[in-house]
Amino acid sequence: MAGYSYHRPRKSITLTVLLGALLIYSILPLTWMLFSVTKTQPELLSSFGLWFSGDFAFFDNVGDVLTHDDGVFLKWFANTLVYVVVGAGGATVLATAAGYGLAKYRFRGRNAVFAVILGAIAVPGTALAVPTFLLFSQWGLTNTMWAVILPSLVSPFGLYLMWVFSAEAVPTEILEAARVDGSGEWRTFFTISLRLLAPGIVTVALFAIVATWNNYFLPLIMLNDPDLYPLVLGLYQWLADASGIGAQPVFNLVITGSFLTIVPIVVVFLVLQRYWQSGLNAGSVKA
Amino acid sequence: MTITRNRRVALGALAALMAASLTACSGGGGDDGGGGGAAEGASADEIEAALQEGGSMTYWTWTPQAETQVAAFEKAYPNVDVTIVDTVGAGDANTKLQNAIAAGDGVPDVVQIEYQSIPQFQLPGQLVDLTAFGFADLEDLYTPSTWGAVSQQGIWGLPQDSGPMAFFYNKDVFDAAGVEVPTTWDEYKAAAAKIKQHDPETCIGNDTGDAGFTTSMIWQAGGKPFHTENGEVTIDLADEGTTKWAEMYQPLIDDELLCQLPGWSDEWYQALNDGTIGSVALGAWMPGILEDGVPDGKGKWRVAPMPTYDGTPTNAENGGSAESIPGAAENKLLAAGFLKWLNSSDESIDAFMETGGFPATVKQLESPEFLGYESEYFGGQKINEVLAAGASDVNEGWQYLPWQSYANSIFADTVGQSYLDKTSLMDGLAAWQEENVSYGTEQGFTVNGG
Amino acid sequence: MTPFLVAFALMIVTPLVYSMYLSLFRNQLMGGTTFAGFANYVTAFTDPKLWDGVGRVGLFLVVQVPIMLGIALIAALAIDSGRLHGKSFFRVALFLPYAVPGVVAVLMWGFMYDDRLGLTGSVNDLVGFPLIDPYTKQWILTAIGNIVTWEFVGYNMLILYAALKTVPLEIYEAAAIDGANQFRIVRSIKIPAVRGALVIATIFSILGSFQLFNEPTILKQIEPALISTYYTPNIYAYNLSFVGNQVSYAATVAIVMGLVTAVVAYVVQLRGTRREI
Repeated sequence: MAGYSYHRPRKSITLTVLLGALLIYSILPLTWMLFSVTKTQPELLSSFGLWFSGDFAFFDNVGDVLTHDDGVFLKWFANTLVYVVVGAGGATVLATAAGYGLAKYRFRGRNAVFAVILGAIAVPGTALAVPTFLLFSQWGLTNTMWAVILPSLVSPFGLYLMWVFSAEAVPTEILEAARVDGSGEWRTFFTISLRLLAPGIVTVALFAIVATWNNYFLPLIMLNDPDLYPLVLGLYQWLADASGIGAQPVFNLVITGSFLTIVPIVVVFLVLQRYWQSGLNAGSVKA
Repeated sequence: MTITRNRRVALGALAALMAASLTACSGGGGDDGGGGGAAEGASADEIEAALQEGGSMTYWTWTPQAETQVAAFEKAYPNVDVTIVDTVGAGDANTKLQNAIAAGDGVPDVVQIEYQSIPQFQLPGQLVDLTAFGFADLEDLYTPSTWGAVSQQGIWGLPQDSGPMAFFYNKDVFDAAGVEVPTTWDEYKAAAAKIKQHDPETCIGNDTGDAGFTTSMIWQAGGKPFHTENGEVTIDLADEGTTKWAEMYQPLIDDELLCQLPGWSDEWYQALNDGTIGSVALGAWMPGILEDGVPDGKGKWRVAPMPTYDGTPTNAENGGSAESIPGAAENKLLAAGFLKWLNSSDESIDAFMETGGFPATVKQLESPEFLGYESEYFGGQKINEVLAAGASDVNEGWQYLPWQSYANSIFADTVGQSYLDKTSLMDGLAAWQEENVSYGTEQGFTVNGG
Repeated sequence: MTPFLVAFALMIVTPLVYSMYLSLFRNQLMGGTTFAGFANYVTAFTDPKLWDGVGRVGLFLVVQVPIMLGIALIAALAIDSGRLHGKSFFRVALFLPYAVPGVVAVLMWGFMYDDRLGLTGSVNDLVGFPLIDPYTKQWILTAIGNIVTWEFVGYNMLILYAALKTVPLEIYEAAAIDGANQFRIVRSIKIPAVRGALVIATIFSILGSFQLFNEPTILKQIEPALISTYYTPNIYAYNLSFVGNQVSYAATVAIVMGLVTAVVAYVVQLRGTRREI
């Protein structure tokens, strides 16, 4: 066989099979979930996980999820949207602005800021939750939506990514040229830099969305009122309801609810996936 | 908040007439129990007036019946608006209450607390002594063991339910193995071996080390390992009763006669459903849970008194909770009114019992209607006769630790390891004791370690 | 940009400073809160429970992180090689677990681990003896490692893949013309290209390991005795503050862990970047 061109490499069955095994591993639990959402509560506990069993109860389950506790699931869904839009949106804006600023403007203490940010990533967030909780309660913020939104606004990782990305994607020469032309800093940012930063912004936004969508611990300690819960915490409550003394076993609701929670985030992934790859490039290359 | 309350108190006289209905069912009078809390307190009339005037308050609970009860309450007192916060379960509820108190913000007006957790909030002075509201008069309404749990040097809550232990078993499983219902623990062990022999996949019960269950079992054996008096705590997890339980129980673990399934998990429900587990010894609130969570057991399950050590009936409480008013509650007067209605009015207690709650009030426990109830799920057995009888055999003088929820949290670290490794329970208990002594000392208590 | 930066730093720094402040006190159920100086730090450095947890996450880190990153690297290289059928499908599918909320992920695996109801039971039935039993002392850490690996393999794979994408095609062409085979290309072009990304992925995995919390916490509900209240430092800190009423000591533990993590991460970064030169 002749040598191959790098543009059209030979497809390898072995490699495909190897990765196929990894693929099965990755989607096995999700497959289990796909089958499980079609089952009733008793079937769920008694039948083989990777095949259908009993009546096809998917639509009943979805109906139950949406109407359980007076349709609180939809309320949680709406809350989650608020947390994601305001929290993750805000986090993206802040990370972009700050990362860009750090990368493109020299000022004293820049290294100190960097060290602090890395340090902040290193301290276990779960343990910091308590001081944050106490602080917030002094400020009267606990059990409000702000208690969840404000901490999500801070994304050290996003900042880091935007910093590296800005350094890479926005050539300083362009900025200088713009300055020479008399363009203000803000105008330069919005007309030139923003477009160059777009892939990075999408990437940061994606990570922020996932982080906020899946955030469980922070709302757990900050919120008392189920009307403010995000989806994941609500599901956890159903799970807790499903076990323990005085339980109402509603595992089918937990699983179907989980399924419905995953679907939107997966859709967001698929929609955004063409953008974020180039965003990751710069961020990961420059260590 | 004091200002608001005083204003409400001042309005008290207005509705004296309306108060008649409430005082009638609570067994009389606004005569204050006296005590040091007089400045904080209020008479029944004043409480009733506050209810009539209305306002809004928050109630933290994990009781499934709470919504029905609150709806009935709001119908009786249309001016009061009660917001229910579902605290999910007892464990999370303690944490949340502790946080809210620490934060001094968002503290509920009325909160459900497990009996075992009351000292934890009471000792640091975080609960209102209800003596000041004249609640001492309500004592006769409740069973001695539940009243004992809320009243240690003051009244710290009103009992909602009780959980005298009983032996729930699946008759089919026992019949299949040719086993009689055990009346003593020796018989229980023999039955356990027989069931295992009949089908190695099945077992008489399950236990992987559960603090609530173990403390109840020690209680049933007559142990009193925890004692608190004037801030001085004594822990003796090697006392006579505790040792008696541990010696009885050890072979069950060593010989693997119990299923290694943690209670309340999905697989546990499944095992109860399919007859893998033949029995459970738990509180009297269990029937409702069996009906909901173990549908396949319908007609198969029965209830019997707890097995004894020597034939003398002896029992303990398992679980159960009261409602209390935190010291930081904003609307104490309204809270007192709601609390009293919630746990002493027939209307509320009936609503509680309708869906399987097991009451703490003597009147309901002794009512012919309650005792005569034939449970379809239990094959027509008059289960409440057995359960209520169990309530009168509860050993007196039991106390929990002032930090019981913390103690329970480290149970799996210590005694749980004995279950896991099949080592001596006494060693595990000694480790548990040691951890508790050091924790209590750190927390500023004087602790005597046995 | 500065106002943003100030707000940003403030939101991170305030709780940090506040916990440092808290860590200087002592909380007691009886006796309230009193100033304790550095007593908490002395306690922390000699606390066997804390170091037990540190040892466990250390072990976890040394075993799980290389496995996860190894798999991620192989997957990234395979997808990048262009020799795969349906590569974009692979890329998306491998990444999907990352989108699954941690709570849900543990829930699913928790179900599947179950010997009686889950797939483990089915596997064991198939081979006829208890081949795997995740809920035992020997296996539970592995079981947790598996869940974490499952959640983050795709995420790390993407970071590495993105780095591979930055290598200009011409370099490969040149290498191919020079007669370099696949393995050589991988070794001398691709691996160096992803080194930076690998360091970053390692550092974030180290942070994740030291902060291990969700997976063991939820599994503890299934098997209480297998996972202690100080299983990981993070769980320990959580229990100290939320169950044990020891907020100050919890803050101390958090700060000590932050220091340990920062040191380890720094060393890794140093080593990683030095080799690059």
